[in-house]
Amino acid sequence: MTDAVWVRRWSSVSIITIVGLAGIIAILAFGPLFLGSYWTSRLTTLFIYIILAVMWNALAGYAGLVSVGQQAFFGLGAYVVIRLSDAGMPVYPAIALAPVIIAVLALVLSPLALRLRGGEFAIGMWVFAELAHLLVNLDSLIQGETGRSLIALSAFAPDVRRANNYWFALGAMTIFLALVFVLLRSRMGASVQAIRDNEEAAASVGVRVMATKRTIFVLAAAGCAAAGALTLSTLITFQPKTFFSVQWTAYMIFMTLVGGLGTFEGPIIGAIVFFIVESLFGSSGVWYLIALGASALVFSLWIPRGIWGTITARSGIQLMPIGYRLLFRK
Amino acid sequence: MLTATGATKRFGNFIAVDRVDFAVSRNEAVGIVGPNGAGKTTLLNLLAGTYPLSAGSVSLDGLDVSRTDAAARCRMGIGRSHQVPRPFVDMTVFENVFVAASSGGSCTRAEGYKASIASLDLCGMLSNANRTAATLGLLDRKRLELARALATNPKVLLLDEIGAGLTDAEASELVTIILQLRATGITIVWIEHILHVLLQVIDRLVCMDSGVVIAQGKPEEALAHPAVIEAYLGSGVA
Repeated sequence: MTDAVWVRRWSSVSIITIVGLAGIIAILAFGPLFLGSYWTSRLTTLFIYIILAVMWNALAGYAGLVSVGQQAFFGLGAYVVIRLSDAGMPVYPAIALAPVIIAVLALVLSPLALRLRGGEFAIGMWVFAELAHLLVNLDSLIQGETGRSLIALSAFAPDVRRANNYWFALGAMTIFLALVFVLLRSRMGASVQAIRDNEEAAASVGVRVMATKRTIFVLAAAGCAAAGALTLSTLITFQPKTFFSVQWTAYMIFMTLVGGLGTFEGPIIGAIVFFIVESLFGSSGVWYLIALGASALVFSLWIPRGIWGTITARSGIQLMPIGYRLLFRK
Repeated sequence: MLTATGATKRFGNFIAVDRVDFAVSRNEAVGIVGPNGAGKTTLLNLLAGTYPLSAGSVSLDGLDVSRTDAAARCRMGIGRSHQVPRPFVDMTVFENVFVAASSGGSCTRAEGYKASIASLDLCGMLSNANRTAATLGLLDRKRLELARALATNPKVLLLDEIGAGLTDAEASELVTIILQLRATGITIVWIEHILHVLLQVIDRLVCMDSGVVIAQGKPEEALAHPAVIEAYLGSGVA
């Protein structure tokens, strides 16, 4: 009987999706040549949002690690760029190196952080973010909340800088999407979800719980650090209270919940929705924030699976080939 | 092959398992019975590594595993099922079992597919493979629990009240599956309240009460032991 059963991962839909995504990224790679300065910098922001949403979803949606302190890595990523640049490193190599350094920091932090569970982990991460904020404030180079500019960026003409930022953000987004995709498709992807659903049961079937959680934790830290470093390259000035603001994590949560927690596609859709809303209403000040909060409320109460989660639950469509489907020969 | 020596577990002042010596040999099937709170599940947790020992030791095939965690013990060949099934609810039935095969069974991807399909088939869950585990009823959850433990390729399988909450007909379906497992050479340690179900499978019975073993031996002899009758029916009856 078992000869007539096999496992399918790729479907024609998922092949079209992957080819389509690759095509979109390939076209976007030429963006600065035809987009004009406004859209080049707007899309840079969108790429950064997608990185943030995808990282928070990997952490919370797949590994069950709900963190409200991811702004720690976002802020530290930017801070490391300031420090490296001050030490004489060229700006763009510094931006590329920052996530690596923060990944090492996250690895060192992980035995402490991952000992905490559920709500304790969430709050513990927030405490860590506040601590990182205070410590960075103590650095004489930063001069407290006065902050410091990434002066070395002024060596680039505005157009060149904009294009470089765009390419770096697009490259980072592609790399982190690919890393999450590869990880979820690997056997570790199934282990991660098992831990999310029941940690003790996962251990009882042989899953290396700590090592698996650590991998996701470090990846998410590196991604948030990349987003922070890239945001610095667009804002130029590093002000601790901007970069260590909990608002960044709030945005990540919003994008992930709206798009669909625990789905690969969800956070990307959520980031695009957030980006559109911000583009249209971002200048309306307080009302924009109220509307954002209200829509988060509407989603969590009535559309808890988010946009993509609802679509996939109703239709069974799987765009990304990360699940397993058993097929039977009739 | 799996041995506990002087195994003890304290929770604060309460001693759940008190200096228990327990051993099961290869291809043997041992049942554990006893009133609620006798320490059966705690003993199972000590064997599986879910709880650290307060004192004593556990060894597998002569190797001391007292300080080895549950996941590593599973990879070494100790599989288990839980009294209340603990499926990975947001994953499909197949994915539930595949995690077990690739982690506990240390399988490559292709081996993992094969082992998962074989375990699901044996437990009668193949036709449910693409369902989300959250949608399963109790009997299917028990079957999944069994298939998942089996996919880790265990040398010894620890079963915790797999019959609890099932009708007689459902329980005997599981007995059929467990008898098949025995035939493949898997050693079994099984906690169960439903005696007539247990007796269809086991060679030896261990009776526990208040954290200690009060009798053991061939099932009918162990059950006739005065201490066992007293533990179940109260003093004065024997």
